[in-house]
Amino acid sequence: MYIATKAFYLFVSIIVALVWGLTVNGIVRKIVARVHGRIGPPVWQPFIDIIKSNAKRSMIAHGVMFYFGPVFRFAGGLGTYVFIPAVFGSVVFENLSFSGDLLLVMYFIFFGQLGMALGAGEGGHPASAIAVGRGLAQMTAFELPFALSIISLATQYNTLSITDIVAAQQAGVMSWTVFTNPLATFAALFALLGMNMHSPFDIVIAPQEIPLGPPTEYQGSLLGMLHTNRGIFVSAKLILFMNLYFGGALNLPILMVKTFAIYMLSVVVGVAFPRFRADQSIRFFLGVPTVLGILALLIQ
Amino acid sequence: MNSLIKRLKMQFDVEEQTQRSNLSFINATALQLPALLTHLRDYEKYTQLIFLTAVDRIEDNQFQLTYMLADESSQNNIGVRVRIDRENAVMTSIAHLWHHARTYQQELREMFGIDFPGSPGVNDNFILEGWEEIPPMRRDFDTREYSEKTYFPRPGRSTTHPRTAMKAVDPDYPELPLMKGRVK
Amino acid sequence: MKSTENKIIHPLENAGVPEDQRHLYCDASPRPYPALNKYVERFLNWARANSLWILGYGTGCGAIELRPLLTSRFDISQYGMNPRPTPRQSSVFIIGGYLSVKTLKRVIRSYEQMQNPKFVVGLGSCTVNGGMYWDSYNTVNRLDYYLPVDVYVAGCMPRPEAIIAGFEKLKSTIMAGQAEGANEYAERFDWYKSNQKKIIKDWDMPDYNW
Ligand code: SF4
Repeated sequence: MYIATKAFYLFVSIIVALVWGLTVNGIVRKIVARVHGRIGPPVWQPFIDIIKSNAKRSMIAHGVMFYFGPVFRFAGGLGTYVFIPAVFGSVVFENLSFSGDLLLVMYFIFFGQLGMALGAGEGGHPASAIAVGRGLAQMTAFELPFALSIISLATQYNTLSITDIVAAQQAGVMSWTVFTNPLATFAALFALLGMNMHSPFDIVIAPQEIPLGPPTEYQGSLLGMLHTNRGIFVSAKLILFMNLYFGGALNLPILMVKTFAIYMLSVVVGVAFPRFRADQSIRFFLGVPTVLGILALLIQ
Repeated sequence: MNSLIKRLKMQFDVEEQTQRSNLSFINATALQLPALLTHLRDYEKYTQLIFLTAVDRIEDNQFQLTYMLADESSQNNIGVRVRIDRENAVMTSIAHLWHHARTYQQELREMFGIDFPGSPGVNDNFILEGWEEIPPMRRDFDTREYSEKTYFPRPGRSTTHPRTAMKAVDPDYPELPLMKGRVK
Repeated sequence: MKSTENKIIHPLENAGVPEDQRHLYCDASPRPYPALNKYVERFLNWARANSLWILGYGTGCGAIELRPLLTSRFDISQYGMNPRPTPRQSSVFIIGGYLSVKTLKRVIRSYEQMQNPKFVVGLGSCTVNGGMYWDSYNTVNRLDYYLPVDVYVAGCMPRPEAIIAGFEKLKSTIMAGQAEGANEYAERFDWYKSNQKKIIKDWDMPDYNW
């Protein structure tokens, strides 16, 4: 009985995360369009895109790994989300959090990328190979400040459980990590810019130079899966950051406001800056963000 | 320009025809062309080959090749015209003087069927892939007939000559003898 | 137009590729995919019509009018349309103007790489009847002899408004379930192939480039 309820709650939680992630994506597309002076697609456009991708009748496959790519990516997004307690103190949205979940979540964030790299490699498109190279390099680069920041957090709160970290921040706004440990927060926010792959860090999917990068060869339901994952993964990342640095959320509306605000950081940076080259992006992450991360670690 | 032509006339057997103060054409024979171009390039600062093109002089049974050179310092252009036989259209390659001439020569080979032995890649496809007729830029090639034969023309096409159309709206439109063309 | 005959599925010859490489290519011809249940299909068609991803083929001069569609003046993203850099993911193929034999070859390759519900929009008079290049030695006259075209936008060159109107037409065709170009291509594959091969003399690619 307990397991059944748990599974049901998890299901609800995943659906909410998915819908919210896609809606945020839709809103962001609208905002970017407005910044460009365009009208922009409707907010529900990501949903239509997913339906239509799944409505493709024929499909081309390039081998077994080709199928596994999106599956791994999806599993990565799902895995990231299900181990994050989305709403603090809520039964439905506590997901599968446990005492060491921070490490697992960190692992899952990068798991999807690796799976995608394998699948894209099987696709055999040269642009995919370039993009995978870029993606893995950039991922390694921004993982460094992120990991440093997480270690700093773990020493600060003396725990690896996200729930405990959130609980420690409940004493009021001034107890949020962003105020108690600003260096770690900024290092991680830089890493978030890279993770969200908005410009200037969209070297991986750069549609103009390497047609969409890894998903070049993907179509139909596989592409639909990638897009679905984009919804969940965005929610997961944002919720993780909200939990770790911005005091978590006590209910869904607060969660929505906070995650949206965090995402806006990426968006503002994205519409303001043109794309880096791969080497510039990597140098950037190994520069200021890493130094911030190291400082954060030293101060603790 | 004039002094250049004078100097050239002392060394080569050329006729000249000046068009503008900074543009002249000289007619040369195919035999002396490489020497003439080398001379222009190495001694007269005409270092740039702007284009190489051909005209089908079907009435004289000849092709006329035009090599257009430019002197960047004085902004002067000189065109060297050469006539070659149309039946046996072969011309000396100048790809050793200007590397990019190979592209022009490849194009002329394909479009006019003029051969440039020794020019790198001259027999490769340039634009047409798998062309089987006579080269399409030769004037005895009837493009319209070929198009109608090959490309499934859509029936019901009508064409209006601009002059007749203008006459309908403006009676004062000048009455000129209609051009003889393919337009019906 | 010829009537739709029942096509016998037989392996393609792939005579265009060298014999030692033939095993690298697929020799299956495309097959038509039946529509699903009426109501499901209606819903899916709605989704397809509202999420048109464009593959633009712009070697003709008319394609210059596609660019304003993407920028702020005539933003087509408000209709759910997006340019897509790869044929695998796109659903609308826009032929921006005249096609020579050489470009037709590339167009066919790209078209065949697109996945089943796929639509073709022919832009400009050149795709309708050859436009002003109708008597050229190298310009194809009627696009619909080589690919199933859903919508033609006439004009030389059509204004962006006309193109948007064409897209609206395409949308209503899709929603009515009549934009089955991909199935038509599969059903009359032999006819399309023979037309294509008639003008593409050096066919050096597999017969069906999925
Ligand atoms: S229809 Fe006109 S504008 Fe369009 S490609 Fe043809 S000639 Fe160019």
